[in-house]
Amino acid sequence: MSRIESTTFRDSLSVSFTVGAYGTAFGAAAVANGFSVLQACLLSLLTFSGASQFAVIGVLGAGGSALSAIATASLLGVRNGLYGVIMAPRLKVKGFKRIIAAQVTIDESTAVALGQEVRGEKAMRQGFWLTGFGVFFFWNLFTVAGALGAQAMGDIRAWGLDSAVPAAFLGLVWPRLVTNRDRTLAVGCVVFALAMTPIVPAGLPIIATAFIAIAVGLRS
Amino acid sequence: MNAFWVATIGTSVIAFSLKYTGHNVPEKIFSHSKVQAINALIPIALLSALVAVQTFTEKSKLMVDHRLAGVGVALIALFLKAPFPVVVISAAVSSAAIYNWF
Repeated sequence: MSRIESTTFRDSLSVSFTVGAYGTAFGAAAVANGFSVLQACLLSLLTFSGASQFAVIGVLGAGGSALSAIATASLLGVRNGLYGVIMAPRLKVKGFKRIIAAQVTIDESTAVALGQEVRGEKAMRQGFWLTGFGVFFFWNLFTVAGALGAQAMGDIRAWGLDSAVPAAFLGLVWPRLVTNRDRTLAVGCVVFALAMTPIVPAGLPIIATAFIAIAVGLRS
Repeated sequence: MNAFWVATIGTSVIAFSLKYTGHNVPEKIFSHSKVQAINALIPIALLSALVAVQTFTEKSKLMVDHRLAGVGVALIALFLKAPFPVVVISAAVSSAAIYNWF
């Protein structure tokens, strides 16, 4: 293996394992929110996008409808589509390979690929595939472990799992709060969602904040 | 089919469709700066709202309970630049401590 490849390999593997390990938190939280072990595993296999998966279980767990759970998760999944737009011209794959590439197009595979840009397009492709498959493998493995673990726990509040979910969301949004505009939007959405909670059906206050984001984005 | 199955399958189908569609549209659509701004802002809005709702609500009621301790500790952990697993585990441990002892 050349020097370029070993750097890419190391980046991919370290991201894959650390991110994949969060699958434990997802599996446990899914079961804690009323999903079966099978449903938790299917979400990790088929949806395969952490924020969207946490959103589905979070909205349903808070008493929201299936429709608002799907809508929230899908709005969070839009960014994967935009990653696809960026990655497609660099991957140059068709047919079945494109389907596989689409499934592993997530924050991490795109980020590692773009991080290899200085090493050339070949390194970008290697970074994308290695990280995509690596996260997929570990994420699904740890989801099973977390789901089975939570099933054995009983009262999830006694284990703090009901706080692990909002803490996970906080950990996901934290690195995205770069500018003052980002932070103002975050605080505004917290206040808005809480103010709307007693008034409209569960789930809707969350989806509604996407429109605040669009309004802010259009004004910029 | 109950709500959990509908949500599991519906989310999975749309999640893949979004990813696959992205791989099949020309890159120049994405180059618009407002599209990029909105793409960065939507996750911030939704994730922030999810933190709030998961911490302070039960069904459609606002409430403060042991979860605030957990999320508060998570916030401190993030300020101290703790890695993600430490953030989640410290939140769970402190929340469980409050729930079990008070």
